[in-house]
Amino acid sequence: MAEQSYTEQEFKVVGSRVRRPDGVDKVTGRARYGADAFAPGQLVGRILRSPHAHAKIKKIDISRAEKMKGVKAVITCDDLPDLTGGRGPNFDILVNCMARGTALYHGHAVAAVAAVDEPTARKALKAIKVEYKALPHVTDVDAAMAEDAPIVQPGVEHDGKPSNIVNVSQFGHGDVDAGFAEADVIIEKSYRTEQTHQGYIEPHACLASVGPDGDGELWVTTQGHFTFRNVCAQLLGMDIAKLKVTSSEIGGGFGGKTHVWMEPVALALSRKANRPVKLVMGRDEVFMGSGPTCSTSMDVKIGAKRDGTITAGQATLRYQDGPFPGPWGMLGAMTSWACYDLPNVQAVAYDVLVNRPKVAAYRAPSAPMAAFAVESTMDLVAAEIGMDPVDFRLQNVAKEGSKAAYGPTYGPIGIEATLRAVKNHPHMKAKLGKNQGRGMACGFWFNFGGQTCTDLNIGVDGTVNLTMGTVDVGGARASMSLIAAEELGIPYEKVKCNVGDTSSLGHNDTTEGSRGTFSSGMATIFAARAAIDVLKARAALMWEIDVDDIEWKDGAAHAKGIEHSNLAPLTLAEIAKKSPQTGGPIAGHNEVVADGAGVSFASHICDVEVDPETGKTKILRYTVVQDAGKAIHPDYVEGQFQGAAAQGIGWALNEEYVYGEDGRLQNPSFLDYRIPVCSDLPFIDTEILEIPNPNHPYGIRGVGETSIVPPLAAIAGAVSNAVGVRLDHTPMSPPRVLKAIREANGR
Amino acid sequence: MPRVSLASGFQAAVDGAVSVEIEAATIRELVRRLQEQYPKMTRHFDEGVAVSINGEIYRDIRDLNIPPDAEVFLLPRLQGG
Amino acid sequence: MNGVQVSTTVNGDVEEFVCHPGETLLEVLRNRLGLTGAKEGCGTGDCGACSVIVDGQLVCSCLVLGAEVEGRKVATVEGLADGNRLHPLQDKFLEHAALQCGICTPGFLVAAKALLDDNPDPTEEEIRYALAGNLCRCTGYDKIVRAVDAAAAELRKSSKKKASGRKK
Ligand code: FES
Ligand code: FES
Repeated sequence: MAEQSYTEQEFKVVGSRVRRPDGVDKVTGRARYGADAFAPGQLVGRILRSPHAHAKIKKIDISRAEKMKGVKAVITCDDLPDLTGGRGPNFDILVNCMARGTALYHGHAVAAVAAVDEPTARKALKAIKVEYKALPHVTDVDAAMAEDAPIVQPGVEHDGKPSNIVNVSQFGHGDVDAGFAEADVIIEKSYRTEQTHQGYIEPHACLASVGPDGDGELWVTTQGHFTFRNVCAQLLGMDIAKLKVTSSEIGGGFGGKTHVWMEPVALALSRKANRPVKLVMGRDEVFMGSGPTCSTSMDVKIGAKRDGTITAGQATLRYQDGPFPGPWGMLGAMTSWACYDLPNVQAVAYDVLVNRPKVAAYRAPSAPMAAFAVESTMDLVAAEIGMDPVDFRLQNVAKEGSKAAYGPTYGPIGIEATLRAVKNHPHMKAKLGKNQGRGMACGFWFNFGGQTCTDLNIGVDGTVNLTMGTVDVGGARASMSLIAAEELGIPYEKVKCNVGDTSSLGHNDTTEGSRGTFSSGMATIFAARAAIDVLKARAALMWEIDVDDIEWKDGAAHAKGIEHSNLAPLTLAEIAKKSPQTGGPIAGHNEVVADGAGVSFASHICDVEVDPETGKTKILRYTVVQDAGKAIHPDYVEGQFQGAAAQGIGWALNEEYVYGEDGRLQNPSFLDYRIPVCSDLPFIDTEILEIPNPNHPYGIRGVGETSIVPPLAAIAGAVSNAVGVRLDHTPMSPPRVLKAIREANGR
Repeated sequence: MPRVSLASGFQAAVDGAVSVEIEAATIRELVRRLQEQYPKMTRHFDEGVAVSINGEIYRDIRDLNIPPDAEVFLLPRLQGG
Repeated sequence: MNGVQVSTTVNGDVEEFVCHPGETLLEVLRNRLGLTGAKEGCGTGDCGACSVIVDGQLVCSCLVLGAEVEGRKVATVEGLADGNRLHPLQDKFLEHAALQCGICTPGFLVAAKALLDDNPDPTEEEIRYALAGNLCRCTGYDKIVRAVDAAAAELRKSSKKKASGRKK
C-alpha cells in the first residue's frame, strides 16, 4: 500500500481553477443528458402507477391496450420473471420496478406500455384495467412501529411477531447508565424530520434497446453505469458482457441515481416490442416512484458535568425505509455521535417499513437527521450549563486516539480544526439585529473509495485521452485532467478526459460516498505512472541507452549522468511522435480498489431572521468550514460545499413529503415541494481546510457529502435563538415556527 | 494475535462475543479464519462487511497486512450518496 | 393525427413543422426540431429548465403550445453564441464554475439573457429575483449570481466601447 501513501509535493497544475473540458457543450446546449438521446424507430415508454397506498392487485387486464393502434408492447410483472431467488437487494429492486401482486405505495409501478408516440402511450395506460383490493396502510414511522399497525411486508418479524421493524442496530461503548448517574445536567428531547427528496433537476431517463439476439444497449442517466449493467443483466437474464450501458451526462443525482428504478422496465419493453424504447419519468413520478430519504423520529439524551464534560450520550433513532429494508437507521446510528469523544455512548436505530416509496441514498445518507437531533441537544446542554456552544463542543471533540461511537479508534481527523476555524471566523463575531439569531453545528461523513479502472492513451501528437469509469456528476473530468497533466508534466489543455461506457473499461463502482475524485484520482495517477514507464522505455530505445539511466521530469525524459550529457531531453510529444517505430501506441492502465478514503468533518455557521408575524425564516448569512484534503479544483470543491449547504437549508426550512389520510402523496411537484430558489439564499461563504489524506498520493479526500449534515441543526439553532423557542421538527416551515412561538407564549 | 471487535449486528454470529481472537496477518486471512471458526459469519460477509484497521475503514481491500498491535473492527458495509 | 401546420423563426432560421394541437413548444423544439438544449425538469412551469425567449419575452416552453409560436420569433440556448464566439454569459458561467451538472444551465443562460436585455446593470437582489423561476439543485446559486454579475459588467464594457466608437 505504500505507493498509495501521501507524499508532500509542490503541485504545478493541481489546485488551479481551470475551465472544465465539458463546459462548452454544457453552455451551448450540446451536452446530451438522459432524455436527449434518439434511436431509429424508438418508441415512447410509460408506466402505470398505483393510485393506492397499499392494495392487493387482483387482476390486470391489458388486452384492450395491447390491441390499440400504435401500441407495440404492454408489460406487467409477468414479463419480468424472478431470476433472483426471491430474496435480497436485487429482488427488492425487481419488486420495486414492477409490483408483484401487491402495490406497496402510492406510485408503485404496476404495468408499462411502449407506443409510437406520447399521446398513444397515455391512451394505452388508460386502457389497462387493474382490479385492486385496498389494504390498510401506514405511512408514519411511529405509527408503523405500533403493536396493531398494518403490516407492510408479511414475513418480517420482530420479537417473534409480525412487525414493520426490519432491523435494529446498536453502536456505542461504556456504560450510559453510570454516565448519566455522574451527570450534573441531563437534557432529553425528541425530534422529528420529514421526508425529503434529492431533487435533482433532471428526471430519470433512459433509452433501451434489446435485439432479437438478446444483446442490449442502455443509455441512461446514472451515478453508476457498471452497477446498473450488473443489476439489469441479472434481472433480465442477460449476459453482463452483452449489455452495454453508456452513462449520459447526468443532471444531478445526490444518491438518487445510484439506485435502479425503471431501467429493467425499459429493457423489458424493448425486448417485447423489438424496438428501442425511451422511458422518461415525469416530475410527479420522480417524487412518487424514485426514492427520497427517510423521515425520522428520534430521542436524544445527553448528560454533562457543570464544567462542560459530557458523561453520557444516548440516542434512539427510528428511520422509515419505505417498503423495503435498507441500512438507513443503522447509518444514522453510526454517524450520530461521530464528532465527539464520549466515555459512555449508545445509539440504537430501528429500520421501519411503511407504505411510502423505497428509500434511496441522499448525500451522506441518514447523517443529517441524527446530527439534527444530537447537535440540537448539544446546544441545549451548553445553554443549560452556561457555556458557549463552540467551546462546549471543543471540550468534548473527537481527536486522534478517540474511540468513535461506531467502534474503531480514530487516526488523525479534522473536526477540531473545523471547530477552531469556526470559533475564529469573523462571522461568529458579527452583530445581530432584532428577530435575528445565530446557530452553528458540526457534521460527519465516512467517504468511500472502491473499485476503479482507468485508461490513459497518448496520441502521436502528444495529446492524452483519459478514459475514466466513474460518472462525472459535477466537474470530475476537469479534476482528472488536472491530475493526469500534473503526473505527466504536460499542460492541462493537452489532456481530454471522457467517461467510458461499460464495454470499454473494467468494473467501476458507483459514484457515491464522495468517491469519484478520490478513487479515479488515484487510478489516474497510477495509469499515468504506468504510461511514464512506457515513455521512458521508448526514450531508451530512441537514445539506445539503458532505461535505468532515464528519469521523467517536467514532461520529458532526461538522460542521467555525465556520459549522456550530450542528450537533450525528449519531450512526451517527441516520444509519442516516434511511437509507431518504437513499439506502437503508448498507454497506461490501472485498476485499483481505492480504499482508505478517510472520514470527513464540517462545521457550519448560520444567521437567520424570523418574521414573528408570518413565521418565515430568511437566511442572512451562511458559512461552511470543511476538511477537504487536497482541493484539486477549488471552484468545484467550493461548489460542493455550497450545493450541500443549500440542500440542507431546503431540508431545514421548506421541503417535505406530505401524505394524506388516504396514504397518497399530496405534493409531487416542484410547486408544492419547494426547494430553495435564488432569491431565498445569500452568497454562501466557504473555507476549505486542506488536511491531506495520508492514504492518497495527492492527499485527496471525498468532499461531496459532509456539508449536507450540519445545516439542519445549525439553522434550528439560529431559528431557536431568533424566536426564543427550541424548534424540534423539520422542516421549520412558517406554520410550524408560528405554532412553536404561539405555544411558547401560551396561546 | 489481533483481537477483532465486532459491530453489534455481527455478535450473534460469534456466540454473542463482543470481540474474538483471530490469528491473521492480512485481511484476507482474517476473513477466511473468521468464517472457518464462525460459519454464521459467512452470511454477513456475503452481504458485505467493512474492516477497520487502526481507524481506517476498508470496504473491499483484502491484501492488506494487519500490523501486530492493530485495532481491528468489523463494521457493516456502508453506502453513500 | 389532426396536425397543426406552424411556420416560425427559431434562432433566426425559418422553421416549418406540423404538431399535435396539444403538443408543447418544448416538445416541438426537442422532438421535432432536434433542439434538446431546453430541458424538461418538471413540465409544469416550476423549474425554468425549459426557458426560451419568444418575441423578446422569457417563457417556460413547457407551458406554451407549439401552435402558439406561428409567425413569432423563438430564441433558445443554441442561438446564444455568435458563431464560434461564446456569449459573455456563457463565457462567465465557465470562468466562474457556475455549473456543476449543467442541466439547469441552458435555462439560466436564457433567463439571464432576458434579464440583461432588459436591465444591463442589475443589483444582486435584482439578479436573484429575476432568476427565481429557475431551479438549480447543485450550486446553491452562489457562482451563478457571480457569473451573471460578471457578464453584465462585461456587456456594459463592450456596449460602452461600441457607443464611444460610434461617436468618433
Ligand atoms: S420544464 Fe418547463 S418549467 Fe420545468
Ligand atoms: S448545475 Fe445541476 S441543477 Fe444546476
